[in-house]
Amino acid sequence: MKKQEDSEKIIIHLNNVEKHYFMGDNVVKAVDGISIDIKRGDFVAVMGPSGSGKSTAMNLIGSLDMPTRGHIFLDKEDISLLDESELAQVRGKNIGFIFQQFNLISTLTVRENVILPMTLQGIPEYEREEKADKILNRLDLRDREDHYPNQISGGQQQRVAIARALANDPEVILADEPTGNLDTKTGLKVMDFLTDLNKEGRTIVFVTHSPELAKKYAHTIYWLKDGKIEKITKERKKE
Amino acid sequence: MNYFVLAYRNLKKKGIRSYLTLLGICIGILAIVSLITLGNGLKTAVSSQFGVSSTELISVQASGGNFGPPGTDTVNPLTSYDLEEIKKLSSVKEAVERIIVSGKLEFNNKVIFGYAMNIPDGDDRDFVYNQIEAKTTTGRLLKDGDSGKVFLGYNFYVDKVGIGKPILPGNTVKIQDKSFEVVGILEKKGSFIMDNMAFMNEKDLQSLFNHGDEFNLIAVLPTDKENMERAKEDIEKLLRRIRNVKIGSEDFTVSTPEASLAQVNSILNAIQIFVILVASISIFIGAIGIINTMTTSVLERKKEIGIMKAIGATNNQIFMQFFVESGILGLIGGGIGIFLGVLIGYFGVVGINDFIGGDILPKINFFLIFFSLLGSFLIGAIAGILPAMKAAKQNPVEALRG
Repeated sequence: MKKQEDSEKIIIHLNNVEKHYFMGDNVVKAVDGISIDIKRGDFVAVMGPSGSGKSTAMNLIGSLDMPTRGHIFLDKEDISLLDESELAQVRGKNIGFIFQQFNLISTLTVRENVILPMTLQGIPEYEREEKADKILNRLDLRDREDHYPNQISGGQQQRVAIARALANDPEVILADEPTGNLDTKTGLKVMDFLTDLNKEGRTIVFVTHSPELAKKYAHTIYWLKDGKIEKITKERKKE
Repeated sequence: MNYFVLAYRNLKKKGIRSYLTLLGICIGILAIVSLITLGNGLKTAVSSQFGVSSTELISVQASGGNFGPPGTDTVNPLTSYDLEEIKKLSSVKEAVERIIVSGKLEFNNKVIFGYAMNIPDGDDRDFVYNQIEAKTTTGRLLKDGDSGKVFLGYNFYVDKVGIGKPILPGNTVKIQDKSFEVVGILEKKGSFIMDNMAFMNEKDLQSLFNHGDEFNLIAVLPTDKENMERAKEDIEKLLRRIRNVKIGSEDFTVSTPEASLAQVNSILNAIQIFVILVASISIFIGAIGIINTMTTSVLERKKEIGIMKAIGATNNQIFMQFFVESGILGLIGGGIGIFLGVLIGYFGVVGINDFIGGDILPKINFFLIFFSLLGSFLIGAIAGILPAMKAAKQNPVEALRG
């Protein structure tokens, strides 16, 4: 009985997943047989030096990439069985991405960037606009909504990226080195915001190479090395 | 926000290089639109020229036999004997010689070169006046026995012949250095030939140009308008006999107005086919230009494609974005082409009018514009299919790496 409760709590499950890349005749195992269970509402950090496979693991968790071997379950659905379009729909609905490079669409305004994921899900216009108002207010971006990404600061751009990630109200937020391109103060603000989102019940997974950051914010830390999980640590947080 | 907004934003960002590739489509569409507009105007113009010289007349002209090397042909001219024999045919109601000679005319101390036409005496005079619907806008027509007198086409009256001053009845002009009194001006015919012609009695023309017993043309009115073809065959048979030539080696041509019109139209059609061919090649090159631009664009925007996929864009949505963008690219090229084409066609027809003195109104064909726009969008979109497929198939992780 207890076991079933546990499995219901698990939102993302990687079962002995491998990801191989081909460099000429050589096969590089970027991820070499990892199993991860991410519980609903968890705050997870994927830690490791560069080349440890943490970004690849992140792409697999976010269903952005397909594993060479093994299975990935999102909400108990085996996403390795989906075709590309179904996968895109799953991503758009359930997962919000935040990147180190912000990755906003440069030809669209702040507001349009936030609306875009909703458009891709076919959400009606009035609903999109209403939602955009709400999210932009929350991230304090209303006065910048008609600016283009290159007209605002890095911190603001990352807030737009967070706003975009929240557009479809996803259960999971994936952040790939979200503070990597920001100064310390701005970076901490972004992490605080992720903490708020986690407190709302959202599952947060972030990649970092900074142990301090991981220890400060994450509840669960996966330490990766050479494509394998070296250890898993739990951090106790004051509530 | 939809595909058109996204496409518009991306096109706004594109450099001049991308728009230069639109030249092909632009020129192709321009050629087609201006040609069709001009061609229709030209056809109307040509038809109206024929209309003036009457659609009821068969014309007989002497032409070189097809013997010997080119240039050695001697034209066996039509003579009064041919004319008299034609008149005797039962299928012929009336026939009259027409002599048109070129020469110089002097007035206001200026000399121009143009054409003079004979007006025969007697019953033939009325016949000719009838056929060319001769009415004067001022002054009078020529009568039997008038000597040293001419009447002129309308363009002399409004000075469209380049003499610097309108010619009025009572003025004296010099034709081939001999003085003639102008007795009248014809009404405007809308025909380049008729409006620029000087008309004089046959004796005057004979003494000026000394053309002897030779005609350029014999105009024949058949007994039965419905039986033009029979009259034509009768004349051919007769002339073969009296001029002693075999079928296939005639030294004359007998043409009905329909046939002449058909001939002109077939020349116009040939020109149209040629231009459409050139336009097609141009559009084809334009389409390749668009393929090239879009392929480059897919490479340049690899990262954007990756982002779009990460935030939930399906392959189909990516495809549509590039497909629509490519179509709009074609539409822009086509739109510019249509605008310039209509402009050229419009002023071309105005120009033709001015030149031949016609009254054709340039028509803007909205069907043509609509289908050209649709066509250029489709050409662009079709050219975008391959690049759009390439964009759609990008692997999101690789694309995100840029």
